[in-house]
Amino acid sequence: MKQADYVIIGAGPAAVAAAETLRRSDRDGTIAIISRENISPYSRMALPYFLTGQISQKGTYLRKSSEHYKQHNITLYHATVTHVDPQKKHLHLASGGRVSYGKLLIATGASPIKPPLPGLDLPGVHHCWTLDDAKAIAARAGDGANIVLMGAGFIGCIILEALMSRGAKLTVIEAEDRMVPRMMDDVAGNMLKSWCEHKGMTILTSTRVASVADAGGKLEVTLDSGDSDVVDLVVVATGVKANIDFASDMGLEIEEGIKVDHHMQTSLTDIYAAGDCAQGRDFFTGLWSVHAIQPTATEHGHIAALNMAGRKAAYKGSLNMNVLDTAGLISSSFGQWQGVEGGESAQSIDAERYRYTNLAFEGDRLIGALTIGRTDNIGILRGLIQSRTKLGVWKERLMKSPNRIAESYIANTQM
Amino acid sequence: MQKSLHISADDCTGCYQCVLACSDEHGYDFNPMKSVIQVFKFEDEGRYVPYTCTQCDEAWCQKACPTDAISVDANGAKVVSEALCVGCKVCTIACPFGTINYNADSGKVIKCDLCGGDPACVKACPTSAITFVNSDTAQFDKMRAWAGKTDAGTQQSN
Amino acid sequence: MAWTGKILRVDLTAGTCTSEPLNMQWAADYLGQRGLATKYLMSEIDPKVDPLSPENKMIMATGPLTGTSASTGGRYSVITKGELTGAIACSNSGGFFGNEMKNAGWDMIIFEGKSDKLVYLLIQDDKAELIDAAQYKGASCWDTEEGIKAKHGDAFIRVASIGGAGENGVKYACIINDMDRAAGRSGVGTVMGSKNLKAVAIRGTLGVKVKDRERFATAVAAGKQVLADNPVTGTGLPTYGTQVLMNVINESGALPTRNHKDIQFEDAHDISGEAMHEPRKSDGKPNLVSNAACFACTIACQRVSTIDRTHYTVKDRPEYHKASGGLEYEAAWSLGAACGVNDLDALTFANFLCNEHGIDPITFGATLAAAMELYEMGVINDENTGGVKLNFGSAEALTTMVEQTCKSQGFGVELGLGSKRLCEKYGKPELSMGVKGQEFPAYDGRGIQGIGLAYATSNRGACHLRGYTIASEILGIPVKTDPLETDGKAGLVKAFQDATAAFDSAGICIFSSFAWTLDDVAPQIDAACEGDWSADRLLELGERIWNMERQFNLAAGFTGADDNLPARLLKDAAKTGPAKGKVSGLETMLPEYYQLRGWSADGVPTPETLTKFGL
Repeated sequence: MKQADYVIIGAGPAAVAAAETLRRSDRDGTIAIISRENISPYSRMALPYFLTGQISQKGTYLRKSSEHYKQHNITLYHATVTHVDPQKKHLHLASGGRVSYGKLLIATGASPIKPPLPGLDLPGVHHCWTLDDAKAIAARAGDGANIVLMGAGFIGCIILEALMSRGAKLTVIEAEDRMVPRMMDDVAGNMLKSWCEHKGMTILTSTRVASVADAGGKLEVTLDSGDSDVVDLVVVATGVKANIDFASDMGLEIEEGIKVDHHMQTSLTDIYAAGDCAQGRDFFTGLWSVHAIQPTATEHGHIAALNMAGRKAAYKGSLNMNVLDTAGLISSSFGQWQGVEGGESAQSIDAERYRYTNLAFEGDRLIGALTIGRTDNIGILRGLIQSRTKLGVWKERLMKSPNRIAESYIANTQM
Repeated sequence: MQKSLHISADDCTGCYQCVLACSDEHGYDFNPMKSVIQVFKFEDEGRYVPYTCTQCDEAWCQKACPTDAISVDANGAKVVSEALCVGCKVCTIACPFGTINYNADSGKVIKCDLCGGDPACVKACPTSAITFVNSDTAQFDKMRAWAGKTDAGTQQSN
Repeated sequence: MAWTGKILRVDLTAGTCTSEPLNMQWAADYLGQRGLATKYLMSEIDPKVDPLSPENKMIMATGPLTGTSASTGGRYSVITKGELTGAIACSNSGGFFGNEMKNAGWDMIIFEGKSDKLVYLLIQDDKAELIDAAQYKGASCWDTEEGIKAKHGDAFIRVASIGGAGENGVKYACIINDMDRAAGRSGVGTVMGSKNLKAVAIRGTLGVKVKDRERFATAVAAGKQVLADNPVTGTGLPTYGTQVLMNVINESGALPTRNHKDIQFEDAHDISGEAMHEPRKSDGKPNLVSNAACFACTIACQRVSTIDRTHYTVKDRPEYHKASGGLEYEAAWSLGAACGVNDLDALTFANFLCNEHGIDPITFGATLAAAMELYEMGVINDENTGGVKLNFGSAEALTTMVEQTCKSQGFGVELGLGSKRLCEKYGKPELSMGVKGQEFPAYDGRGIQGIGLAYATSNRGACHLRGYTIASEILGIPVKTDPLETDGKAGLVKAFQDATAAFDSAGICIFSSFAWTLDDVAPQIDAACEGDWSADRLLELGERIWNMERQFNLAAGFTGADDNLPARLLKDAAKTGPAKGKVSGLETMLPEYYQLRGWSADGVPTPETLTKFGL
């Protein structure tokens, strides 16, 4: 039986950040990363750029040096974990082997969901989640290819441009009434839709796919309206769920993900969780929430590792935020952009030029923001929200001119 | 020795010489929109504040980068590798100072790199509002204090 | 090269925006901005056209150094036939708007025709569109600028706009950019208003190139050093701004006071640059908050100041408790000494309103001064003024009337005519203190003889910025000449006028010429622009421009007889100071000036002169 002081299941950003932090905190402890994919740890954020051919496979790797893990004395195993025994503190592998751990970090991420519809197992129906998925899509999404993209959420939108840039004809089917419903309000979602339509895509909101059927090597997609079309490729991006099936009978407290406290510890001793599979504290509400974003993953991994190495560290909670490039139109969302009861909001809308700013306040503090069409200094939105900066006179100025974000921050902190 | 830009807003007249020097130095001609040092003007207060990356220890941008495209050079500057950056923009929302920004022309992010140790903005400033000093004497106190407030808690407590 | 090579033509009648290439031969002959745009205007309009008709055109133009790192290189000018004067108008402004136009890829924007509804032009690099401005109708320049930025959600948009004054036909409306920088004189904002054009909003992201980057950097660094080492541009202007002049000119006996009845103002110190530094009684803070720079300017002469919050003008108006631009010397003089007013806060308030609503404070103050004289003579009375006592020295009269003029209310409607039309209306044309319909700025032609000739011959009407002989006659730049002497002034005026035309065509600020000669400018242009540029070529180009502007005015109906000064300066001797007993010696200077210019005794360029400059 293999063993390590620190075992990490998963090889995404949370896992790598944790392994590196462990090494900095504990020079001698043995560290093992167990990955389902037989490939150097890579970033899903980079997959769309791999799909456009902008970068090679290596360009997606989280660490570029092939010696990186060896240099830090971090061992990478290619294996699938089937079961964890928290009493005996060891893992069962699909291969039949076992690994014993001193401390365990579950950083298994999430996987895409396939809706229960006929035909989604046919050849030519793919997620865009792994490097292998990306390669399969690239093979079918050539010039003039007819593609249906199911789901206009974050993942769907981020691969739009990659698909378009390959010369494909694209139809997007979204069940909700707007694009990116979980990240964008009506105004923003519709702005994105209009943008995509101007780029030549067909965007069908409030529409569902009823079935997919084989059509002689191609795929016949039928909608709930009864309309159908024959296409070359169906990409399914209808959401993800945490990869925690293997942990279901361990006795962990699990809701949408594995619940962790502010030390990133699970309900079981010596077991921690981080990243997309973890349901940690939300910065605002203090409630448990899955924030499947890169910055949260690395923060989770870092905090978990410090605690695993015996150095007490507490997490203030994750701030939900996202930045999205939808075929060249850049949008971002931060915190409680929906606003809160008793709060106020300020909008600047220029629909014709695809510019939008929506700020949500509670008292004179910024608690959330949505932007479209701006990239300048947008990180300040995170800063203003997370530092709970009292805006003072700038609250009224922002209510009048929501574009003065950077000035409001600098005036409150630099002058 | 790690060195930092020291900005004294009291001495700034808002002339943009630093901004122009920055964009020119980085090959963008004279183009304020491509400068990574900005000058914010507060007309109502008669104040002008040059603003750029402090090369903070927290290095939010570096930690958030999914492709290992941001590294630390000999001057302590967090430097973006054009070759490795894919333009995913995660760093631009991760940096609470908003001092790493997306450049649509190149499809990459840009930030202050301290010009490899000889900052063009410092040379261009007519009032010495921007100087290049040893880090231990640099006065980024206000920004750093604020950085602490923003910190997600990844610092050790007790 | 430093030109973008592109012109944006905006046909307001048709509602179209089209791009066309810049005429590079003209660029070689006229450089840019003032010279080049005047060449375009002359070739496209009949100089006899009614300035407010759709047939007049208005050009916003940058110079080749606009948008570069050349110190002061952020200028743009508005060139049109002026409503105040009926002469060629060219009003130059700083701030950040000119740079933005250049960064959006445009050397100039030509506006023609007239829109059937109020619109603004939005430029985002190569995209330009006219947008309905109904929501900004009557809005101040400040509200318009902030409103447009907020509407498009972009704090980096630069806006040049007119206020209600420009829409309402105030004859000396200006165009305000960046809240407090103005294309101020000759009524260029009135022309803009006549075209139903409320604002021009620009966001540019394309960058400005120069021919030889390294050589340009060297030339720019050398130029910056010259400015830093010069006592005027390195110390005087940053510390006191142009207001450094108030006490100097007063002591020289050339500070026009109470509509030029006097030549020294007993309370000059109270409204001077020094006074702006002194703590107020109320809160112990000085009027002055800071100095500030326009784009790329290493001088930073601009004043940023506040009004005493307990002052009667603003104690119930918190919207004016902020800092804003001013007072600069010319406005401090026109609102102050010209009207005999010594209340610094009242002047600051009046200046804020001029910027907010877009009127030229020089012409406003001078017109009010003329009205005060009419009032004290009994030509106009309380019935005309709505009960306001228009006595010299009344701060209340100043602050009431500036607001009425800005808002086209009450007697302000008549003040909005400018002094020439106002004084003619009341049968006293001799009380209008100006030339060709434009009021004098802050120097008296009796106490400083050369500037009198410069006023009389200025192509845009009375103006100090067409040949700033004050530099020589008072400050000794480049050589000291005796302000009371007429000898040699014809040559001095010509030299200043020609060099100024070159500076004004380059994209840089004329204030750089306190330290720079064309020998300092030429290497910067030469490194930036195609072709070989020397100081001699620039001087020749300046003289060509001067003659071209003259041709415009002659074609518009002006003659040598209009190169004149009001009788008060020619006949009423100065009462006090170094110039006591003196009148302007214009009649001795003018013939010599014509001769040096290569003009006939009637002031018409000879065929030889025109041929020499290819006109």
